[in-house]
Amino acid sequence: MTQSLKKQQHQLSDSIIQLEVLNHVREKGDNFTPFGNKLKEAGLLPLKPTGIEIFQVNVGKMCNQTCKHCHVDAGPDRKEIMSRETMEQCLHVLAKTDIPTVDITGGAPEMNPHFRWFVEELSGLKKKIMVRCNLTIILANPKYNDLPEFFKQHKIEVISSLPHFVASKTDAQRGEGVFDKSIKALQMLNSVGYGKESDLPLHLVYNPAGAFLPTAQHTLEKEFKRKLKQQYHIDFNHLYVITNLPISRFLEYLLRSGNYESYMQQLIDAFNPEAARNVMCRNTISIGWDGYLYDCDFNQMLDLKVKNTAVQHISHFDIDTLNQREIVINQHCYGCTAGAGSSCGGEVT
Amino acid sequence: MDKTYYNPEDLPKFGNISEFQPELAKKFFDYYGDVFKEGALSEREKSLIALAVAHTIQCPYCIDAYTTDSLQKGSTETEMMEAVHVAAAIRGGSSLVHAVQMMNKVKEISM
Repeated sequence: MTQSLKKQQHQLSDSIIQLEVLNHVREKGDNFTPFGNKLKEAGLLPLKPTGIEIFQVNVGKMCNQTCKHCHVDAGPDRKEIMSRETMEQCLHVLAKTDIPTVDITGGAPEMNPHFRWFVEELSGLKKKIMVRCNLTIILANPKYNDLPEFFKQHKIEVISSLPHFVASKTDAQRGEGVFDKSIKALQMLNSVGYGKESDLPLHLVYNPAGAFLPTAQHTLEKEFKRKLKQQYHIDFNHLYVITNLPISRFLEYLLRSGNYESYMQQLIDAFNPEAARNVMCRNTISIGWDGYLYDCDFNQMLDLKVKNTAVQHISHFDIDTLNQREIVINQHCYGCTAGAGSSCGGEVT
Repeated sequence: MDKTYYNPEDLPKFGNISEFQPELAKKFFDYYGDVFKEGALSEREKSLIALAVAHTIQCPYCIDAYTTDSLQKGSTETEMMEAVHVAAAIRGGSSLVHAVQMMNKVKEISM
């Protein structure tokens, strides 16, 4: 099994080093256009929230997979997971606010021993619940085999990564044998009604398996639907196309393969002001495994906490203050504003 | 870098051809954009055709662009290589079919 950058003690496991790379001066002597300059041209600086609608909880970096592009640097060797006490703090915040949607992510969130309890409590709060399930976790251990039924019981919206409908392409990004297990897991989800019944949505996520930007969501969705139906009798609702951001393991890949500068230039050339207006950090708050607050899951992995120091932890959550905050930006943000834009829900334009 | 007729940095400057003749460039790029939109053929299929044609005309810019575009649209390496073989087969075939002309001429002038 591949080790996380942290386990390898790779220098890019340090968020400070990643930020130095993102802001370094190129060999040519100039620098990439600062993201803030582009936002200023678009009349969006400082970037401000439109109001928190999505409460995205990262319940831990532990995962049964070690995907090559993972921005979390998740894996079996990561032990950082959210405690029940922090989850209780999240529930307390959600109970006293009208934030409608909770998005649970990881790692493999299901590996957190408090995951099911957390979902059950959320269910009681009548929030829309989304879980980012990596699919293979369903087959990783008999204790996870009933996850499709559990998801169904709580009307959870399931969002799962499947970077390609061809095994070799998926395995190249997510690990040997992941495709076959993912197909089996999708069939299990379908068998309980996911992707078939209107109240059991199943969405797939596509990330490019390389140093290129994704194409239009509707184009890829058609291909995925056709191929997965024809070959595996799988149904799903939507394909979310997500651009790889140049951080963590994908940044390491870009640097190692010599693609970093051309990839950054592609992102910058594709800057779309309309996508910038709709970036997800404007309606999302991201909560880390240790309860700290971030503008998005990517900022979380770069340890860029929300700017207002008075409300940087879930224990000090104040929705009015957070809705007035200035969103923290850096060069990686180009990943969310390229082309049709990119978010945890796919394109934004 | 050594001087060369082909410079990868020129590919993103394709749009600059409008500097010398904007009207025709606009017509061309509008047409180009429409051609690659989904129609009876999908965008992915059109990209594979473009990749095959790129190899036929041996345009490094086009090969670069449509390799990336094919990957972006979900094509696999096998599909891309089969598309290039289609181009190669037609190129080879177009040489060989002219052998009939050669044979005709041989028969015409031989005892």
